[in-house]
Amino acid sequence: MVAKFDLNDDSVVVIIGTGAGGGVLANELAQKGVKVVALEAGGRYMPEDFINDEWDSFSQLAWTDARTTTGSWRVHKDFAGLPAWIVKAVGGTTTHWAGASLRFQDHEWKALTNYGKVEGANLLDWPIDSAEMAPWYEKAETKLGVTRTGDRAGLPGNNNFKVFEKGAKALGLKEVHTGRMAINSSEYDDRMACQQTGFCFQGCKWGAKWSSAYTDIPRGEATGNLEVRDRSHVARILHNDAGKVTGVEYFDKVGNLQMQKARIVCVAGNSFESPRLLLNSASSMFPQGLANSSGMVGKNYMRHTTGSVYAVFDKPVRMWRGTTMAGIMRDEARHDPARGFVGGYELETLSLGLPFMAAFLNPGAWGRGFTTALDSYENMAGMWIVGEDMPQLGNGVTLSETKDQHGLPVANVNFDDHPNDVAMRNHAYALGEEMYKAVGATRTFPTPPYPSTHNLGTNRMSEKAEDGVVNKHGQSHDIANLFVSDGSQFTTGAAENPTLTIVALAIRQAEHIASEMAAQNI
Amino acid sequence: MKHSHPAKHPPVRELSPTLAGISRRELLKRAFATGAMTVIGAGFIAAPDAAWAAEVSVITPEQMAALVQMARDIYPHDRLADKFYVVAVKGYDSEDNKALVAEGVAALEEAAKAQGHESYAAIGWEEDRVKVLQAIEGTTFFQTVRAGLVTGLYNQKEIWPLFGYEGESFSKGGYINRGFDDIDWL
Repeated sequence: MVAKFDLNDDSVVVIIGTGAGGGVLANELAQKGVKVVALEAGGRYMPEDFINDEWDSFSQLAWTDARTTTGSWRVHKDFAGLPAWIVKAVGGTTTHWAGASLRFQDHEWKALTNYGKVEGANLLDWPIDSAEMAPWYEKAETKLGVTRTGDRAGLPGNNNFKVFEKGAKALGLKEVHTGRMAINSSEYDDRMACQQTGFCFQGCKWGAKWSSAYTDIPRGEATGNLEVRDRSHVARILHNDAGKVTGVEYFDKVGNLQMQKARIVCVAGNSFESPRLLLNSASSMFPQGLANSSGMVGKNYMRHTTGSVYAVFDKPVRMWRGTTMAGIMRDEARHDPARGFVGGYELETLSLGLPFMAAFLNPGAWGRGFTTALDSYENMAGMWIVGEDMPQLGNGVTLSETKDQHGLPVANVNFDDHPNDVAMRNHAYALGEEMYKAVGATRTFPTPPYPSTHNLGTNRMSEKAEDGVVNKHGQSHDIANLFVSDGSQFTTGAAENPTLTIVALAIRQAEHIASEMAAQNI
Repeated sequence: MKHSHPAKHPPVRELSPTLAGISRRELLKRAFATGAMTVIGAGFIAAPDAAWAAEVSVITPEQMAALVQMARDIYPHDRLADKFYVVAVKGYDSEDNKALVAEGVAALEEAAKAQGHESYAAIGWEEDRVKVLQAIEGTTFFQTVRAGLVTGLYNQKEIWPLFGYEGESFSKGGYINRGFDDIDWL
């Protein structure tokens, strides 16, 4: 029985966003008997609705509401209105994500301590560490059914992986396998095994990839404690004279402004929308925006040091067949400043279909240099770089002059690479090209970063209130009943795809919120 | 894709092998050549061998011919027939784009003349046409046409097989039994 809560019910926890953070938190709280209203800006799409077509799927799932960009990053030049390729739907970006599920390495929790001060960077240690997170990671891996954890087998390697693996081994690289993936290698938790369909980014039509859209959300709803209101865009978080949040205003399905009262509000709209909402909620008591006494809301935006390497061979690869990202090389994930940068990176297999390859291989390029690459599409292999980038005070989200369809200022995203990011990317490009050349590549393409998929850090977690927005539980330093539950709470980015860590933090946060509620502390 | 809202390629009516009521021989007789394309009287443009033909209602056949040539020179794929480029630019035959096309093609022709050519479409070598395009690369016209082609050309499912791309695979059960790991040359 799906719950239906009254707008004036001030005993509910309101969660804004239903992705890896919000969707998991909603279910975890509902399982503990906590009443939850989850407000999701997007619509509800299930596996049968997903589309094996890149542009049609993009139109269905992607967040294409207005955003603006500034800064020297190439995304600003080529995709000025699309700083991120993330999702507006129930399940959030867990519909689109590739499934790579890696724990942070020990040293990455303490970046400032282990890397030292880096000029121009605003590094900080997380107030938590590997030992603290280990049990939560294990719960997250079990929830997601991550391959190569527990007793779950790895996925089989597709053509793209075989090329990648052979190149890595030819160079003497050691840690290369088909990844730790939240994609079933055999039936698990009522979800079937991967059918090697490709189109992981377009929503898994088999449900073999974990997404909160068809796991945590319906399970939470089945408890009778969770109500999900889709197509509900939160405009503002409200507070009382005591400085506690009391509810939210949102535009409902038909565009009417509604007010939902709340005992606790949890923000989980990804690293652009979450700080945007806190900033748009400014009041006379909180003129800089909610939870922003530190001035850190919207600051320290990280997007991972990314880029791709594609290569053409003299024979077909057909990289699009099979699981998109089931392939990883981790030898460079370590911290080894002898390479000319701090932190590390992973190389992961990746492919795009022809339509997206045309859009992303070298945006803006034209003529035969570009088209001869596409002529060899069938013979291409591809990999993606994902590495730790530096938090910088100047990188982040501010309110734009541009307004959205509701009249609310949109997020402007400013980004400049740090020299450390550039050095890491160049190192990764060179290694990726070398890997492919070792297998006989006739041409390689160091491809620039796409619109961001990993968006982190704009409401960062800190020990001290002056250094960040939230404490070690994601609870805002300023307002006890206001939480941040998504990747924006990341203190630093680490080299790993962030979803597993977002899920682990959400499970942990649910435990904290439920026990604090029981103790009447919030 | 230039913007966050990718333009779908414009709806295009079916291209007939010959125009209704006009035989291929008649068509060729009436035609005069402008480079690779042929303008056939008012409102029509066709391939010299009449393999395809398109009708324009707002812009001129000469402007459409220039757009088609420009599309091929921006994203040249020798294995793609002209008809795919025609489909990709057909949307410019509209009131909304009339001024953009008129000014843009005029600038293109001016750039061609400045480089000593009679007209853009009449230039024999692709390399020479590319030099003319480079002269107008910074214009809104060029960038609009180029950006539109990214979806207008490459999102035509009919061209995918020519690149080996197989498209949708769910309805066929994915590739689990259809060669996801069939690479045999490593």
